[in-house]
Amino acid sequence: MMTDTSLTPQRFFAEKFGIAKESLGRILGGVLGKAADDGDIYFEYLVGESISLEDGVVKKASKSISQGAGVRAIAEARTGYGYSDDITIENLALAARTAHAIAADTQKSGAVAVGQPASSPHDLYPVQTFPTDVPAEAKIDLLLQIDRIARAYDPRISKVFASLGSTQKIILIATAEGLVVGDILPLVRLSVSCIAEDGSNRQTGTHGGGGRFEFASLLEGNRYERFAREAARQAIVNLDAVAAPAGYLDVVLGPGWPGILLHEAIGHGLEGDFNRKQVSAFSGRIGEQVAAPSVTVVDDGTLPGRRGSLNVDDEGTPTGRTVLIENGILRGYLQDRLNARLMGMPLTGNGRRESYAHIPMPRMTNTFMLPGESDPEEILRSVKHGLYAVSFGGGQVDITNGKFVFSASEAYLIEDGKVTRPVKGATLIGNGPDVLTRVSMVGNDLRLDEGVGTCGKDGQSVPVGVGLPTIRVDGMTVGGTQR
Amino acid sequence: MGMEREVARDLLAKVRRQGATEADLLIVETDSSTTQVRLRDIESLKSAQERRLHLRVMFGKSAAATSTSDFSMRALDHLVDETCTLARATAADEYLGLPNPESIVASVPDLALFDEEAQGLAVEEKIALVKQAEAAALDYDPRITNSEGAGLDTHSSQIVYANTHGFVGEYRTSSFTLTVSPIADAGGAMQRDSWYAVSRRFKHLEAPEVIGTTAAKRALRRLGARKVPTQEAAVVFDPEMAASLLRTLAGAVSGTSIYRGSSFLLNRLGQQVAADTVTIIDDGTIPGALGSRPFDGEGLPTQRTIVVEHGVLQSYLLDTYCARRLGMTSTGNAARDASGISVGASNLYLVPGTSTPAEIIASVKSGLYLTELIGFGVNLVTGDYSRGAVGLWIENGELAYPVEEITIAGNLNEMLGHIEMVGNDLTFRGRTAAPTLKIARMTIAGN
Repeated sequence: MMTDTSLTPQRFFAEKFGIAKESLGRILGGVLGKAADDGDIYFEYLVGESISLEDGVVKKASKSISQGAGVRAIAEARTGYGYSDDITIENLALAARTAHAIAADTQKSGAVAVGQPASSPHDLYPVQTFPTDVPAEAKIDLLLQIDRIARAYDPRISKVFASLGSTQKIILIATAEGLVVGDILPLVRLSVSCIAEDGSNRQTGTHGGGGRFEFASLLEGNRYERFAREAARQAIVNLDAVAAPAGYLDVVLGPGWPGILLHEAIGHGLEGDFNRKQVSAFSGRIGEQVAAPSVTVVDDGTLPGRRGSLNVDDEGTPTGRTVLIENGILRGYLQDRLNARLMGMPLTGNGRRESYAHIPMPRMTNTFMLPGESDPEEILRSVKHGLYAVSFGGGQVDITNGKFVFSASEAYLIEDGKVTRPVKGATLIGNGPDVLTRVSMVGNDLRLDEGVGTCGKDGQSVPVGVGLPTIRVDGMTVGGTQR
Repeated sequence: MGMEREVARDLLAKVRRQGATEADLLIVETDSSTTQVRLRDIESLKSAQERRLHLRVMFGKSAAATSTSDFSMRALDHLVDETCTLARATAADEYLGLPNPESIVASVPDLALFDEEAQGLAVEEKIALVKQAEAAALDYDPRITNSEGAGLDTHSSQIVYANTHGFVGEYRTSSFTLTVSPIADAGGAMQRDSWYAVSRRFKHLEAPEVIGTTAAKRALRRLGARKVPTQEAAVVFDPEMAASLLRTLAGAVSGTSIYRGSSFLLNRLGQQVAADTVTIIDDGTIPGALGSRPFDGEGLPTQRTIVVEHGVLQSYLLDTYCARRLGMTSTGNAARDASGISVGASNLYLVPGTSTPAEIIASVKSGLYLTELIGFGVNLVTGDYSRGAVGLWIENGELAYPVEEITIAGNLNEMLGHIEMVGNDLTFRGRTAAPTLKIARMTIAGN
């Protein structure tokens, strides 16, 4: 199937739901009475598809369509939000009444002049064919190849699961300034997971990746083959894993996905909402030293094709690159419109929402540490006894006290500067405001993750990216069982 | 409701005309609201109407599942076409198919899952309730200096299920959740905690003052938390954490994990998998309970299933597909989401024992009273368990001081075997519930 590349969000919503600029203007005008400081209308249409393989065949396929629109009013720190999945002028007006209930004592209503479409300075994910428009047969063929590659890696690979998820999201935002901003977002993700069996010893390995690009990009450079082999390799490595150590150890994090450390340890704590409310362990600490001088961390929503990238955020603000920590000094917060306005700080393009059923919040995009000068080998050689963690599952943070965890899924012991035995998965725990002060070496090998991250906050999930060069952390608590 | 039945009949007929051998669908219509208050002022009000259709179509032994929130005629026709195209593209699987017609629920029981009275709840009443709950926390102690807010979520849903066996069933549910999250501060070191109540009936929610003061006490008791040295020690799971352990276990006894070979409880049916103090039951038939429903996601009656009895694994949790694959019978645990059918526990609980929580704590010379877990460090394939922990340190049988930035680790096989004491304090606060549990020893990593 061909994708209609001339499709614009404006035309899509106008044709599909017959909603004219004038009615949007009236509804926005009603929301933005004199007691409201801000407001918007958000339209979304999302097609999602998932095809998965197990037992060597593809027998599970699903597709979903979600559409809806929400109207938001903001008065000082109050937000009113109404939404419906039945997009009609009547329902928008009803949603507007809910939204406006928070700005109760205003009588005034009028109209906002909804003008010409505003365009983003970015075009980060131009595609010829949307992943959701690629026929199922091509995807099934890819999954079958993955099954063969993973099984061929080692005879001890007993099970292979693989799934391919694709979405196409069309959004349109009418802002309080009368701008109409839209975006069309492709997203594709391939996940492979293997079970290796040796007698009664069963272990897993997982790998995957994706981004805002074409399905065909998964085939480039044999990316999918690498995912399949990596999942198989990790499962086989884990067959030999011994109990992970328990206690306070020096830790070396490999490049790429271990950047989840930054996401949990500092990223969430620097989101504007927590800092405006003074509930973050980082509240009021801009300008302070929170990391070693070799550490610079940025959040960048403008990287072409990345999973965490956006042309505009879900409030219509173009995304950008925000320096969070510069040479160890805390520099900035991630903002949405409400928190930027209340804090008197600039917008950063981080106002994101899971869907039309959710209120935007400050969220990360792609968060990573800039490379340093150390050779990764030299970093490993510098550790006498420690843990080398190269792959992780999920992580979590308590914003208020700063304590965070992330769980290794592939890790090794370092003994006398050498990477020795694989160890079982273990959770690492630390304190966000001080863990980066103990980063003693930063590698020259910055890598971004493959494109698998999903961040959850307050019940909302959004795709994100992370990245890290190899780093050495002088002391973290490792939650193994071996004392 | 009449309209949903019509849509259902119409769609199933269309699917049949396309040559499908079997099909079923679920329509869920939900009204919801969220009322959020922070520092005694409204923070956000949200309300919504949503409707979603889940369709599953089978051509012989090939299947596909779709879902949509677009109910326009054109969109539904398109959905039928797409579902049929997808189903034809997938490989056959001999175990796929609807349940046998004779197993479908005969009559739909009324499990008292819907609160008619609370449907007209005024916004002002909701705001007042939430303000009261937060105020109880803020006023409890001067060290409660800030708040992440308090909120009330309300949901009411109508669910219609229909299949090509000619069955159409429907029911309504409601739920109300009140949460308070205060922040305590001692000399700049902040701690957040929260407490909540959830019920199918608005009037059955615990008093807002109780929720607020409990939340405040929980935050206050964390002030001054420290790390402890790395060691092996007993871990007492408070009822919330014991329920979390049970949720982990639910994944391991799910038929999906079993047939995929991705559970540490594979091939353990009939074997001792936990201490003999442990009996675990899944019961979807408890009137008014949050995990109850009159039939599951494929129209089968829900039931009471003994999962573990005196430590012996008696049953997995199964939907029709898993049951057929494993040569067993469905336990009525089919859940439904955008990707189709999956296995989900209903009301899963661990049967209470005889010890009071105080007796359990008193039995520990030196160990951890666990009140919060963070992170996802559980490997269900191997049973390896390693998670961030928060709690109170027990010294000579008494809660002595708060601890944080530590991990607890072990293997679920051993942890279940080492459940030495089971509390008598079972309370349903959500779908999964357990009393206080004592695990004889785990590895605690800290300094």
